[in-house]
Amino acid sequence: MCLAIPARVVELLAPDSAVVDVGGVQKRISLALVDGVACGDYVIVHVGYALARLDAEEAQRTLQTFAAAKLADPEAA
Amino acid sequence: MSAVRKDYIRPVDFKHGHVDMTHGGGGRAMAQLIDELFLRAFDNEWLRQANDQAAFAVRAGRMVMATDSHVVSPLFFPGGDIGCLSVHGTINDVAMSGAVPLYLSAGFILEEGFPLADLKRVVESMAAAAREAGVPVVTGDTKVVERGKGDGVFITTTGIGMVPEGVAISGNAAKPGDRILVSGTMGDHGVAIMSLRENLTFDTTIRSDTAALHGLVAAMVEAVPRIHCLRDPTRGGLATTLNELASQSGCGMVIAEKRIPVNGQVNAACEFLGLDPLYVANEGKLVAICAAEDADALLAAMRTHPLGKDAAIIGEVIADPHHFVQMDTSFGGRRVVDWLTGEQLPRIC
Amino acid sequence: MKYIDEFRDGQLARTLASAIAREADTGRSYNLMEFCGGHTHAISRYGLSDLLPPNVNMIHGPGCPVCVLPIGRIDNAIALAARPGLILCTYADTMRVPASKGTSLLKAKARGADIRMIYSSADAVRIAQENPGRDVVFFAIGFETTTPPTAVAIMQAMALRLTNFSVFCNHVLTPAAISNILESKEVRELGTVPLDGFVGPAHVSTVIGSQPYEYFAEEYQRPVVIAGFEPLDVMQAILMLVRQLNEGRAEVENEFTRAVTREGNTKAKALVAEVFELRRSFEWRGLGEVPYSALRIKAQYAAFDAEARYGIVYQSVPDNKACECGAILRGVKKPADCKVFGTVCTPENPIGSCMVSSEGACAAHYTYGRFKDVPVVAAPNATAAA
Repeated sequence: MCLAIPARVVELLAPDSAVVDVGGVQKRISLALVDGVACGDYVIVHVGYALARLDAEEAQRTLQTFAAAKLADPEAA
Repeated sequence: MSAVRKDYIRPVDFKHGHVDMTHGGGGRAMAQLIDELFLRAFDNEWLRQANDQAAFAVRAGRMVMATDSHVVSPLFFPGGDIGCLSVHGTINDVAMSGAVPLYLSAGFILEEGFPLADLKRVVESMAAAAREAGVPVVTGDTKVVERGKGDGVFITTTGIGMVPEGVAISGNAAKPGDRILVSGTMGDHGVAIMSLRENLTFDTTIRSDTAALHGLVAAMVEAVPRIHCLRDPTRGGLATTLNELASQSGCGMVIAEKRIPVNGQVNAACEFLGLDPLYVANEGKLVAICAAEDADALLAAMRTHPLGKDAAIIGEVIADPHHFVQMDTSFGGRRVVDWLTGEQLPRIC
Repeated sequence: MKYIDEFRDGQLARTLASAIAREADTGRSYNLMEFCGGHTHAISRYGLSDLLPPNVNMIHGPGCPVCVLPIGRIDNAIALAARPGLILCTYADTMRVPASKGTSLLKAKARGADIRMIYSSADAVRIAQENPGRDVVFFAIGFETTTPPTAVAIMQAMALRLTNFSVFCNHVLTPAAISNILESKEVRELGTVPLDGFVGPAHVSTVIGSQPYEYFAEEYQRPVVIAGFEPLDVMQAILMLVRQLNEGRAEVENEFTRAVTREGNTKAKALVAEVFELRRSFEWRGLGEVPYSALRIKAQYAAFDAEARYGIVYQSVPDNKACECGAILRGVKKPADCKVFGTVCTPENPIGSCMVSSEGACAAHYTYGRFKDVPVVAAPNATAAA
């Protein structure tokens, strides 16, 4: 709920801000709610704050689950 | 003893001066501002005559007139400013009838205290836009309102043009089976403006697409004289324009989301703010509707012109008593693209 | 856009749609509530219902914090904005919510109140810093996703020793709302609203984790699948719910593993616990009084509590008699069941909150789906036209 999008951290700014990039658009956001964020990480951004780090491996796994539905389809070409 | 130059009139201080009530008072101060700024920037044979009106001969035929008032804030944005916007906007309104724009007028309402440096920048931008478009500003007016009663500067431009023979473009001319085309990417202007609005700042290289479209229209009309509809999707975006045309023509429409060109950064900015690019303003794009058999020729003509290089056929007109604009989403479902409700506001939910 | 576009792939949508159609038992119906307003919006915007078999029904839940904000609280916000010199900062979502006597924050702004739309709570703090001579109030709304940012703002204001900044707190809680629905007469006793499972909220869960939903799955024996925000996430979650129901399971599963863990964001939760405490009861528009469902600012932070500072008194204002928002929020009725839907009540002139927020069930249906209520000319596929 609540609009939040995955954004790539491109620059860390002391003490707890960062510049993130989504599709070429950059914005300054707060890292006050998430520790240990590094440049290159993806974070979920809501109202100007990072709420969580996005787990790239889990994202891949999820995408594979979607694709697996195709493999299970007896009618799939 | 210093020599006092005879006939010396102190020039208007465009660097540090501000608009004050005398500039609208009708006296010397106003005349001087008009002379040193407006006449100098727009400079043409009509303005040089220094009359309150401009006279010119027109050939016989159908004449078109359009007017637009410009209240954009911020005044200066990536890709343009209120000045060139006011020139392009009215040229485009005239051009959407298929007419060749001929002359413009410009009325200014200035707020007391508005910096003259900004005014000069705006006016010079207007003059450059008019020159580039080949459509002169032949007459104008200036008024000043008290501080607090205006947003810096309001500009109203009016334009006239002549419709070529055999051209009958109108919002009610779309027919079932017609194809719908757009001349390029949607949402650029609105996003460029929003990136400067207080509390919404984000960094993007998106520039406003503000442009005069009469050259593109001329190329289109030459290729396909029987174009049915033309309209530029300004406030309210593509969605609003399509709904207007559907309503006026008494038809429905079906468009395909994946065929609508949208710049990647525009998409991203809209994601950030919870906006839909279909409702975001454009200032240098047009929507065209033509018969199915003319669509390919029209598309080719658009793509050859620099302002139409990203043109695309995005859908078709259908018979529908409810005048819905429906869209096949890139995801595979179908939804209605409705009228805009009020002003599109960013959301957090 | 990475992690966004891949989760909107049309091809994968079709394969998931066939999987759901294949696995859904034609002998029964699957009635799934998507709690979160963001999911309601995604379902409408991407036309997901078109891709589901007819026996899988999505019921829209009350997870729209704007929709459940009672009229009386908007009235309070408008009254604050009317105080001379006060600057009210708010997320844009609240601007058009109808309050008493046909007014709204947008209309109050038009009449001269200094109301500023902001993107982040940090903007409100900045505005307070930039206007030391004026009182600044941040109108805080939202579920657990939006609460930590408010907590940070209050801590920031404290660190900056601001004396002109306060928060009008209207933060509400997800589990309480889910309980309320499951406890409602229609669900518990009458069975008039068959509710088989939940699609759990995406971003609320990044903060609270998947753990709080375990109680519901256990106590009410209904499966919960936490779903990401993108349409493929929602479809996958629906597939997982169908499977759970087929197999007779009632567990909490997490589809949104890339952002949600069992514990959630412990730092954010700790910050919220530091600044806020539970209200014994709070009125939700459409649901009435719901116990332990909302937060207020703790006494130690009273200096930043607008309710304490301005002596705000809440007065409950009933909804328009014809408005069915309450029933719609509980999933008991559909927008088309409401007598004023689409006629008196439209997005231009909303009577109730379901029509105001773009993710309210009525607004979503009106904007994206009402063409399904009327017999529409069988329109050809647009891609064939070009």
